[in-house]
Amino acid sequence: MIFLTRRATFSASHYYWNEAWTPEKNQQVFGRCANRNGHGHNYTLEVTVAGEPDPVTGFVVDLKWLKDVMEREVLAAYDHKHLNLDAPEFAHANPTTENIVIAAWKRLEPAVTAAGGARLSRIRVYETPEIFAEYRGEA
Amino acid sequence: MMSVSHRLHTTALTGEQNRAAYGKCNNEHGHGHNYFVEVLVGGAVDGETGMVVDLVALDEAVRSQVLERFDHANLNLDPLFADRVPTTENLCRTIFTLVKDALPAGELEQVRVEETENNSFECRAGG
Repeated sequence: MIFLTRRATFSASHYYWNEAWTPEKNQQVFGRCANRNGHGHNYTLEVTVAGEPDPVTGFVVDLKWLKDVMEREVLAAYDHKHLNLDAPEFAHANPTTENIVIAAWKRLEPAVTAAGGARLSRIRVYETPEIFAEYRGEA
Repeated sequence: MMSVSHRLHTTALTGEQNRAAYGKCNNEHGHGHNYFVEVLVGGAVDGETGMVVDLVALDEAVRSQVLERFDHANLNLDPLFADRVPTTENLCRTIFTLVKDALPAGELEQVRVEETENNSFECRAGG
């Protein structure tokens, strides 16, 4: 089994807010991230697929194909967008790095599975170089 | 780190099929990468030295088995790739075997090979 990882970056804005809470509690819990005018990050998306190298090509998957899938399923929805306002999955859920990595999994998993040959193994989303969330699907 | 050339091409496919499968990587005269190789060794911490493995000995194993063999070389001309396409999947697995057989102590848990800053490959023990 070989684990193949492809990296891509996207730049997006967001803010954290819970409508069920008072503005004071939002400020208390989310701090500067609760600024309703938003702020932004350069995110790094790392997608790992697992499989056996094809006996003819030596590829687990074609890296160009994986790049295109990542661009089509994730970057087209998130890059240079406001996650709260532009991505439907965050209309009522905070676009935390935790939720972004789960959402990216849901966006990518059907395409990877449908292609056959490899399974989605792990996704990491880096919000900054110091912070990332990792998701390996439901156990 | 090792600087290596390769060409992705297999005689099992026609020229047109090779170009379709490998794109730019099928260029007749090859191309190259700076590969970064990460070796992960597991084991108990030795009671006397406080080490899992002596890093100098580990460095020497990787240098003699991997870097001396592949650095500034053409993978396609190495006998290990005589009948296998030198994709980084296959390179990663090959490095795992070379290092595993020369490991001075501990167990080889994983080899990770970074082909570019955007592409990397992991081969783990047992698979």
